Amino acid sequence: MASYIAKRLFAAIPVLLGLSMIVFLIMAMIPGDPATAILGSYATPENVERLNRSLGLDKALPQQYLAWLGNLLHGDFGRSYALNRPVLDEVLERFSATLILAGTALILCTVFGLLAGIVSAVRQFGWVDRVVTFFVLIGISIPSFFLGLLLILLFAVQLRILPASGMYAIYGGGDLADLLKHLLLPAVTLAVVATGVVARLTRTAMLEVLRQDFIRTARAKGLSERKVIYRHALKAAMVSVVPVIGLQAGFVLGGAVYIETVFQWPGIGAMLVKAISTRDLLLVQGGVLFVAAAYVFVNLIADIVQAVLDPRLKT
Amino acid sequence: MSTQALEVGPPKDSGQSRTAWRLLMNNRLAAAAFYIVVLIVIMALMAPILPLHDPDTTSPANRLLPLFSEGHLLGTDHLGRDVLARLVWGTRVSLFVGISAALAAAFFGSLIGLVAGYAGGRADNLIMRGIDMLMAFPYILLALAIVAVLGPGLLNALYAIAIVNIPFFARNVRGITRGLSHREFVDAARLSGKSHIAILTTEILPNVLPIIVITMSTTIGWMILETAGLSFLGLGAQPPQADLGSMLGQGRALLFTAPMISVIPGVMVFLIVMGVNLLGDGVRDALDPRLRAGALSRPMPVTRIERPHVPEPDETAKASALAVTGLETSFEQGGGREVAVKGISFTLRKGECLGLIGESGSGKSVTALSILGLVASPPGVITGGAVTIEGRDVLSLDETQIASFRGGKVAYIFQDPLTTLHPLFTVGEQVAEAVRAHQPIDRVGAHEKAVELLRTVQIPDPEQRARAYPHELSGGQRQRVGIAMALANDPDIIIADEPTTALDVTVQAEILRLLQALRRDRGLALLFITHDFGVVAEICDRVAVMRHGEIVEAGETATVLGDPKHPYTKRLIACVPIPGQGRAFLDAIRALPSADTDRGRGA
Repeated sequence: MASYIAKRLFAAIPVLLGLSMIVFLIMAMIPGDPATAILGSYATPENVERLNRSLGLDKALPQQYLAWLGNLLHGDFGRSYALNRPVLDEVLERFSATLILAGTALILCTVFGLLAGIVSAVRQFGWVDRVVTFFVLIGISIPSFFLGLLLILLFAVQLRILPASGMYAIYGGGDLADLLKHLLLPAVTLAVVATGVVARLTRTAMLEVLRQDFIRTARAKGLSERKVIYRHALKAAMVSVVPVIGLQAGFVLGGAVYIETVFQWPGIGAMLVKAISTRDLLLVQGGVLFVAAAYVFVNLIADIVQAVLDPRLKT
Repeated sequence: MSTQALEVGPPKDSGQSRTAWRLLMNNRLAAAAFYIVVLIVIMALMAPILPLHDPDTTSPANRLLPLFSEGHLLGTDHLGRDVLARLVWGTRVSLFVGISAALAAAFFGSLIGLVAGYAGGRADNLIMRGIDMLMAFPYILLALAIVAVLGPGLLNALYAIAIVNIPFFARNVRGITRGLSHREFVDAARLSGKSHIAILTTEILPNVLPIIVITMSTTIGWMILETAGLSFLGLGAQPPQADLGSMLGQGRALLFTAPMISVIPGVMVFLIVMGVNLLGDGVRDALDPRLRAGALSRPMPVTRIERPHVPEPDETAKASALAVTGLETSFEQGGGREVAVKGISFTLRKGECLGLIGESGSGKSVTALSILGLVASPPGVITGGAVTIEGRDVLSLDETQIASFRGGKVAYIFQDPLTTLHPLFTVGEQVAEAVRAHQPIDRVGAHEKAVELLRTVQIPDPEQRARAYPHELSGGQRQRVGIAMALANDPDIIIADEPTTALDVTVQAEILRLLQALRRDRGLALLFITHDFGVVAEICDRVAVMRHGEIVEAGETATVLGDPKHPYTKRLIACVPIPGQGRAFLDAIRALPSADTDRGRGA
């Protein structure tokens, strides 16, 4: 197992390099003078020239990339001109808020998606299955930013039981209960689409597995139907569901952009939107790199979990 | 329509698309979605000629009029603009952008996929690595990065959404193209001197089109949603131009005072996306039935039993280890039922080995599985007859009672142990589980018992092997595990369904010897299903020959072998090749003329 994990970790390195290359190339596509684009059109010529030199823009593209990568590895993500502080500091601060939100959403979608998928496969064509299918359809079709607004209208405006925005109350908040109260609506909103996808796939995977020969063998052994479904079928189905949960991490991390804007959650998504409208490109670059790396990491974990479940994958 | 033809077949005629259309319209949900989408599209197209207010004319006197106001059916927004007019025009913009993005992504993605798949080799490798890299990004994030560079704007949002969707098309198209580029009709075109471009456009593209359509129909909903999302964030449509997303984004500021201004465009996006998604699912199902999730139905724990009348077992039946009386098993197909086992009867005496022989499709395996209700249901239904074990009719028992027979008094051994053993549990766990299903014994005890059983079936180093997974064992060892599992609870009867068919000849002989030895030591009754008279001659006391779901001949093995009555039996016997008799063997395997050979079942 240890050697498998080591192998997967090594395999992640080229992926991370590739990500950094794509981000670098996208940033290199900026029309016109990058330094002006970064500093804005009101920057003094001296500042533009200084930035050009510090970005190494007088050199060839591959050399520029290597220098840029070297800086990243030293923790130098550049400086946000709008916030006037190092990009890394801002990103790290924001990232923890996003992790709380996205992590909760990922847990919610895993738990409820699996439950709904299993129940609707087991009770195929029953009323539970119909209800689940109906909600899955709505869940994967409703824009999350619209759902967020609807939930705010219902729970914050009409019922007045949950806060509409922010991560902590401004006065007297700050403890865990306060955080949970603020977290509930955005996390649920963020989880809805992913829950639908997980439920749908779990249902299909379970139905597929239940037709396999080894399920017939389990029944021929005289196992109870409970054991057949929750031990034999579920374990086999999980092998194909786990990578899908890994993919949902991407959905949740990306979708955080909308949810953080709607609920004014102080995370990286809201930061990115603001940074784009202020053309604070180094901040955008740092944020995108961080979230993408987190996504690679989650998928790495999904790979390892899958290999733990399925010994055939380890070799 | 076969999926084979769809995936890699030669070009098709238009009859097929007509079938697909009918399939789509038969799907009620997809048909409803189709009409909704068509209605919305027509509304968007007719926006310039509909009697609407100008969507951009502000009217400070008429700010925030409620729903159903005179002249403003859906009210007005914070600048006094007519919400209905803005909704229709906004829908037009959203649809236009979403569809354009989908077309662009489909075009460029398919182009990349075609080139990569057709070129193969290093070019393919390089392109697909790049595509994988793009897919390693959270999708929306990549779109954001692109908008960040290009700057906010509707057109830039369109580019961004198109670019992030290119990988989906490239991947799917590349996979199919890769398979096609090695097919005979492509080789033929190449040999006839056609250029690469001609081959790609005339030979490969027509076969790849269904996949492009499927991918487009399943991603276009997302693309509409994501462009609306970018506009919602203020990165897409810029004022005064409005799409549904930016209407929603601007309405958000008035959420508490005038919620309808954001709810209305939100509902519209929802309707469009749901309609497109449902329609997309319908298109996918119609074009590629293999992917239809609903087609899978889960098999029940016990085969459905619908016997109009239950035969009373006679004295012989009650005295036998196992008696099957007038068993009839059918499969539901389309609207009707096809009978696979047609009222057969036989008995298995205590300690006896009965061979049930026939070719594939003769109904012998279905018979074996019917005994304890293991025929997959749906589609299987037991429509008649009785199965008597210990004087009781098993098929009248309830689910838990039948389960207590399974692996207890009666154990099964199946054909291909690679698919019949659970791939994710060690063989030790699987044998121990069989023990614990019927005996009150703790985990450790069950494990020890499992190791003991593995030793009984002559698996070398059983302590070690118990920790192995099925894929780590050889075929013969896997079948020994299957036998160990069957022996777990000292059964009286073992039903072996072609236990040696998947094995090579020397291993087959070893497994047969093992079964024989176990039978003698434990006084087991063995029902042995096979298509091989050689095997029957070796181990069976009696034999019953099955054909088209009926027993055509039965008797002592020596008698049947020495003096076969039915021509089918003669043929089966002659099928055992004897060195030096090549010509006779070939005669034997020639099809037997029969009234019902054309039924597609059996011969």
